[in-house]
Amino acid sequence: MMSELSLYFSYPFVRYAFICGVLISMCAALLGVTLVLRRYSFMGDGLSHVAFGALAVSAVLSVTNDLLIVIPVTMITAILLLGLTEKKKIKGDSALAMMSVSAVAVGYILLNVFSTSANISGDVCSSLFGSTSILTLTKQDAVFAFVMTVVVGVLFVLIYNKVFTITFDRNFSKATGVNVGLANLILSVIISIVVVMSMRLVGALLTSAVIIFPALCSMRLFSSFRNVTISSVVIGMISSAFGIVLSILLSTPVGATIVVVDLLIYIAVTVIKK
Amino acid sequence: MELLRVKDLCLGYENEIVVKDLNFTIACGDYFCIVGENGSGKSTLVKTLLGLEKQISGEIELLNGLKRNEIGYLPQKTEVNSDFPSSVYEIVLSGFVGSMGFRPFYTKKEKEKAMETMELLGIEDLKDKSYMKLSGGQQQRVLLARALVSSKKLLIVDEPVTGLDVNATFEMYGLIRHLNHNLGVTIVMISHDKVAVDEYANHVLTLGKEVSFR
Ligand SMILES: Nc1ncnc2c1ncn2[C@@H]1O[C@H](COP(=O)(O)OP(=O)(O)O)[C@@H](O)[C@H]1O
Ligand SMILES: [Mg+2]
Repeated sequence: MMSELSLYFSYPFVRYAFICGVLISMCAALLGVTLVLRRYSFMGDGLSHVAFGALAVSAVLSVTNDLLIVIPVTMITAILLLGLTEKKKIKGDSALAMMSVSAVAVGYILLNVFSTSANISGDVCSSLFGSTSILTLTKQDAVFAFVMTVVVGVLFVLIYNKVFTITFDRNFSKATGVNVGLANLILSVIISIVVVMSMRLVGALLTSAVIIFPALCSMRLFSSFRNVTISSVVIGMISSAFGIVLSILLSTPVGATIVVVDLLIYIAVTVIKK
Repeated sequence: MELLRVKDLCLGYENEIVVKDLNFTIACGDYFCIVGENGSGKSTLVKTLLGLEKQISGEIELLNGLKRNEIGYLPQKTEVNSDFPSSVYEIVLSGFVGSMGFRPFYTKKEKEKAMETMELLGIEDLKDKSYMKLSGGQQQRVLLARALVSSKKLLIVDEPVTGLDVNATFEMYGLIRHLNHNLGVTIVMISHDKVAVDEYANHVLTLGKEVSFR
């Protein structure tokens, strides 16, 4: 098995896929803690459905770089959502649920009516569940994932103390002069980058899993915000590394395998902590 | 020296008026109590003073150089997320965040000040403990420390002893009294406790059907 594995890893595209997958999962896990604590677990899910809709639109328009459409659309949705729920104008979860199912429905219709691709159901399946293999990733994809991870990581560290303060007690933060709007804006930008990246890894339906599972595991293990956040990133890294290796060895779909590894870790943690 | 003056203040939500025609001032060194039955608008009043809610009409003037973010705040218990993975130290330090502007990290001096404040309130041993696992009285002291870290001028505490047992209540009042009497912190306290109010307060604002100020 080891020799099989080292054979696989001698191919550059396997290494790219591995690097991308691990980096993306780490970003997703980093954000997960904040989203779970704010009761925004649904956000990863909803945003990835909106991203799916945007992906469909860019497929219909035959845009060569679909990220140019998908990232801005997702970002605007995230900003609107955090902004509107902040102003208590709407209930965030129902608004997002509405938007996300509509995006999926419209996207699917668009794909069916206009798509020039011969294999629509294959395309749809891979955007919902992730590609069956991520081995199509190129060096460019790996570089992009790396740059985005650095951007997400640096931004998050810069707003970390503000995010903690606001998440723990929003009223106190506002009263003492924390710029809640700006911090939430930056957070929305990070969330949308992470959602779009995760969607390409594990697909729209499984995105929220890689975002929330590591956070939920870590919250059972640690009790300071800093340790929970660090542990979440580590668990995200481990689960994706194992998931990708397993999926290569067993020829299973990558996204689903990562999520299953996440689930197994969660069960193990729950049992140990009982 | 006056810190805050309220003129013809009218409070409420979406044009539903909760309290109207409030007039009072808060001076440096005051122990100012706000009393009144549930739903009479006590929390709404302090949230408006803090800028968390908008008044319907009237004026709130901050005097003698007091700034909005120089008001420390201990929220009513029901509004704080107590099911949250966090160490005591992290929460106390977060009192500084509002005054940090774009600076992302705490300075050494801020960390020292946080330690001093925890010692002052007798929670230095709880530094690395999980906030979730503390008793109600300990949790309130942590939030009091956070409020003190954010400001030593004016402290607004909303029902600080609700849900605490007799001992913890006694200790909490003792601490607030100590801050007011020995450290010169101006206190605005919402309370149901007649005995405590009569004992400590030098001004009492009563909300409800009859509004009074003495
Ligand atoms: N966010 C809100 N939106 C609308 N009405 C509110 C809100 N918060 C409080 N109220 C109403 O304002 C009134 C005063 O509430 P509150 O200030 O919390 O009272 P107290 O603190 O004196 O118990 C109550 O009738 C309450 O229902
Ligand atoms: Mg109240």
